[in-house]
Amino acid sequence: MFQFLLNDKLVSYSPKQADLTVLEYLREHQKLTGSKEGCASGDCGACTVVLAETKAELTGQSENTTDKLHYRSVNSCITFMSALQGKQLITVEHLSQNGQLHPVQQSMVDNHASQCGFCTPGFIMSMFALYHRNDEANRETVNHALSGNLCRCTGYRPIIDATIQACANKQTDSFDRNSAETIAQLNNIKCTQENQQHLLSPDSRSRLAQAIATYPEAPLFAGSTDLALQVTQQLRSFPTLISLSRVKELTQLRVQEEGLYIGAALPFSDIEHTLLSHFAALEELFTRFASYPIRNQATLGGNVANASPIGDMPPVLLALNAHIHLDNGTQRRSIAAKDFFLDYRQTAMVRGEWIEAIFIPFLGKDTHLKAYKISKRMEDDISAVCAVFNLQLKDDLVEKIDCGFGGVAPTPASIELNELLRGKSWSAAATYDLALPLIRDSFTPIDDVRASKEYRVEMLVNLWRRFWLETNSQQQSIATRVVNLNQPFKGASHA
Amino acid sequence: MRKLIEASTKPTSTFSTAGKSQPHESAKRQVSGSARYVDDMPEPVNLHHAAVGLSQVTRGILTQLDLREVKASEGVIDVITVDDVPGHIDIGPVFKGDPIFANKEILYHGQVLFAVLATSTTLARQAALKAKVEVEHSKACLSVEQARAESYFVRPMHKMQHGDFAQGFAASPLHVSGELKIGGQEHLYLEGQVSLAIPEEEDRVIVYTSSQHPSEVQKLIAEVLDVRLHKVVVDMRRMGGGFGGKETQAAQWACIAALLAKRNDVAVKLRLPRMQDMQATGKRHPFENSYQVGFDEQGLIKATYMDINGICGHSPDLSDAIVDRAMFHCDNGYYLGECTVEGYRCRTNHVSHTAYRGFGGPQGMIMAEAMMDKIARKIDCDPLTVRLRNLYGPEGKDTTHYGMKVEHNLLPEIMDRLTHTADYWQRRAEITAFNATSPVIKKGLALTPVKFGISFTAKHLNQAGALLHVYTDGSMQINHGGTEMGQGLHTKIGQIVANEFAVPLDWVEVTSTRTDKVPNTSPTAASSGTDMNGKAAQNACIEIKQRLAQLYAKECNAQPQDVIFVDQQVHCKQHRIEFVELIQKAYFARVSLSATGFYKTPKIHYDREIGKGRPFFYFAYGASCSEVSVDTLSGEYKVERVDILHDVGTSLNPAIDIGQIEGGFVQGMGWVTSEELLWDKSGKLLSHNPATYKIPAIGDIPDKFNVELFPRPNGEDSIYHSKAVGEPPFMLANSVWCALKDAISSITHYKLDPQLPLPATPEKVYWAVCEAQRFASKGSSL
Repeated sequence: MFQFLLNDKLVSYSPKQADLTVLEYLREHQKLTGSKEGCASGDCGACTVVLAETKAELTGQSENTTDKLHYRSVNSCITFMSALQGKQLITVEHLSQNGQLHPVQQSMVDNHASQCGFCTPGFIMSMFALYHRNDEANRETVNHALSGNLCRCTGYRPIIDATIQACANKQTDSFDRNSAETIAQLNNIKCTQENQQHLLSPDSRSRLAQAIATYPEAPLFAGSTDLALQVTQQLRSFPTLISLSRVKELTQLRVQEEGLYIGAALPFSDIEHTLLSHFAALEELFTRFASYPIRNQATLGGNVANASPIGDMPPVLLALNAHIHLDNGTQRRSIAAKDFFLDYRQTAMVRGEWIEAIFIPFLGKDTHLKAYKISKRMEDDISAVCAVFNLQLKDDLVEKIDCGFGGVAPTPASIELNELLRGKSWSAAATYDLALPLIRDSFTPIDDVRASKEYRVEMLVNLWRRFWLETNSQQQSIATRVVNLNQPFKGASHA
Repeated sequence: MRKLIEASTKPTSTFSTAGKSQPHESAKRQVSGSARYVDDMPEPVNLHHAAVGLSQVTRGILTQLDLREVKASEGVIDVITVDDVPGHIDIGPVFKGDPIFANKEILYHGQVLFAVLATSTTLARQAALKAKVEVEHSKACLSVEQARAESYFVRPMHKMQHGDFAQGFAASPLHVSGELKIGGQEHLYLEGQVSLAIPEEEDRVIVYTSSQHPSEVQKLIAEVLDVRLHKVVVDMRRMGGGFGGKETQAAQWACIAALLAKRNDVAVKLRLPRMQDMQATGKRHPFENSYQVGFDEQGLIKATYMDINGICGHSPDLSDAIVDRAMFHCDNGYYLGECTVEGYRCRTNHVSHTAYRGFGGPQGMIMAEAMMDKIARKIDCDPLTVRLRNLYGPEGKDTTHYGMKVEHNLLPEIMDRLTHTADYWQRRAEITAFNATSPVIKKGLALTPVKFGISFTAKHLNQAGALLHVYTDGSMQINHGGTEMGQGLHTKIGQIVANEFAVPLDWVEVTSTRTDKVPNTSPTAASSGTDMNGKAAQNACIEIKQRLAQLYAKECNAQPQDVIFVDQQVHCKQHRIEFVELIQKAYFARVSLSATGFYKTPKIHYDREIGKGRPFFYFAYGASCSEVSVDTLSGEYKVERVDILHDVGTSLNPAIDIGQIEGGFVQGMGWVTSEELLWDKSGKLLSHNPATYKIPAIGDIPDKFNVELFPRPNGEDSIYHSKAVGEPPFMLANSVWCALKDAISSITHYKLDPQLPLPATPEKVYWAVCEAQRFASKGSSL
């Protein structure tokens, strides 16, 4: 049994069905039909709800329990019920109180920002979450906050205006006024580990090992952004599921001397600030990784465990020489990312093992890191090609070069370039040329809905060209990008 | 005696008059999640849920459909196929060809084979996966090439001619030709197809549906159930987006829900999951068109031949009118000279393609812009100059290839003004300078016009009805044949009625579209919603106003024409009465306070035999200027700035009109850029979900997006001299495509007009860049 607040009501919930989504729960069980189903795959955002929680702030340094509520937008259509444990689930129905619209709602009305209105509740909830963050609301932060919401009618302009206006004139809303009470309620919430059935949510390494031993066939999940698709799209049923989200050992974030130690079950948005403050070059790829609500749920561990050839983080981990820490409850081991991905969706993990954490070593001096993604759409799209290059120079000579690619092979892949390029002058065009045949010929990508194989090969070559142009001191005055990268990283604060 | 409600005489300050930016009538309900869509309605008792089973084969003969496991599946109540339809099997909207369930023959991948009724949506959908289907495959037709070679058409070819093309072409000093592949488009309305059927007494049924055409849904349900039309009521409050995708495509699901409801005597809801919605419903037609054009050294067109081929899918659906509209619009705003236009309706084994905002217009108009670009590169002239030179003009250059005189042509003025406000020539110079020093990133600029014909080209559809009730407290309900899909039709109708009676907007309730209130309605399509239903509503208002005027004039010893409605009052010479008071007087005087209204669009006609006429009541105009940056290493691009000047006549509601313009533009931008429909070689749709089919997201819209209304009343007698605004802005996005080509052309110093198919995805842009680079290096080696 676990508990959560549904808007302002305490709910004690005993799962009878492991794979019930929060959206089904709201629409079918609670008859709260404000949240809409547009796609049931986390691609449109019509189902967006907000989870408020009293969460230890993850800075990588220490854990500070704050007395503030953190508001997180998520796609309820691909969220299983276990995600609600100990949190307040806020739906669009709860925003206007006593007939008074919430400022984000009023702003949408004032700006004529709804037409057919079907996407509107989802937008409202993403706006509401942004309203409760400390970020400055400008075009860029609004684009990020609403990157998971599609609107087919308005062309977004009035929605952007409405969001900026509402957030620029923040007033204390009823959620702020009730926060002390909400926090007290959330702190009183219980979760019994005993007799958990169907939907297991162990809180420790040993309980996880026990759960896996009891239900060896039960899939493990953290953010559920991929597993839930098997339920909503392929109509599979899972009698039992095991959530990793509450396992203490899997939710650690540590800045160590040599690098970052990132718990496998931490949502991307929780690691964003720490990761990007050490690896600023990942910002574009990171913010183009799915959408904001997906990043509020999806985890680095999940992206690695899925071993999809089109996942965007594995190429990063390959290029950064990351290590994957595995555990089975009794024995831990660490494996290099380069040795982890064996074949199409096959990894070096053995039965009974899970990913505990990912370790990413810090960059050395005079290092150039670039992470590129090619897709049809900038926001919330899957890579046709992803390429990450990590180059260490010593006085213009190549000291070390590592890379990682997605979308070009059955697994995330890299090319060994060190032997070829070590000691060569980076500013010499001949060095760039030297690696071309290897980069062009290492992979035989396929045609699919995202790109042709010919285009993928050309992109490998041209992203190598872009990398050379951008990191070469003599070429840096050349504009190479159409996306605006001039904004310095500010990070997403949850304070 | 009936006691009437006490008349409030307090004046309300929020007077509505047409022309003000009133919020959407449902805005408050939409933002608070209380606006009800079909799937949100309180569920009737004994509600059951339906799902459909789709063909996984593109073409063949159904040899076995074994549904035993489907029937045995958990929760299943009923399973039906074509054999269980009591009435008509064919639900084709205009022409035959659309069986409700596959009838022996499989015609496309995704065709509905059967339907399941179960106790829950999930159980119904899971059961539907358990069918065992055997099909004798036959070769599918999937291309224009094949359809043309085999003369495989859904409707006969149609031809429009103006003068003698061959002669004009031969006499032209310069010639170019070109061809263009134009992709289709998935509607991706956020609310998928859904219907709820509730059986009523005996053979009656009421159906709640998300449809742009309730009257047609009513007719088809009656035919499928084998009852007469008066046994069926269809109710439609609002759609979560339509865009043409619910004009004919909503009927099938309503019919299946009604069939299951009547058979089992339970309420039935059928809601398609997104993937099935994308597989089983029609899309914008892909086209493959080509042209030959003769012109002089100034780029002035002398003769044009246009070969237009719509990929219609397996059945006619609305394709005849859609290909016609592509033909009517292949001139866009330009005089084509001696001209022949041929339009082929290619039958292919795809889902039957259907209405989509613009209705073939975009696929015709893009050809005109393709010609302009090519002519411009040929004579080494800026494309804008060539466009301006070829606009319709004075006599001798004012008649379209289908013989309609272009009156009240606003394009010269609109384009001139936009050229100034968007600072075209200054930016052209800056961009040329930027490109000369930027080897990787190239910028492009284009300013293109829109001229779009307003009216259904099927003449009989140009009629509308309304029903107005005035209650004894002065409040009113207006019902009309149009449907609300987000476009703000109900808001505008409410404004019109409030304006007619000079009462506040909140005295007027626009009620759900129902076939038992206004019968025999036309679809809400062809941008005609407000034009037609607004006039019909106004007509009903005038009817009641006349009755009231007669009553009050008599009391004041004056003539009815002395009576005016102003500020919640009725004035007659020196006399004043509160509107509510007069309404109550009318009630006691036994004056009917309910009236119907009717409207038919005047002036329109078209003779198909000779391909001549005036198919449109008027044209709506606009122009847009787009600037893009292209990354020549990857083909990625960004739309940096867009300026739009658009003609809506006298705006009934500027906020709503601007919303239509911006939204239409961005939807059009999706069509020309990222929205790529892909089928595999066997005819299976690959881009069948929003993960693989990418509509514009929030970051795709230009950082600078300036939209202005062109303030000029409609020269024709439309409702308050406004103009239709639903479709025309869609084609403003053609400037994005032209700007991408302009950026690529810069690689060749503007000598080459690159081949760039639509949608211009980064990959397609990249290949066009490669073509330009090859051209440039050849040129430099000469």
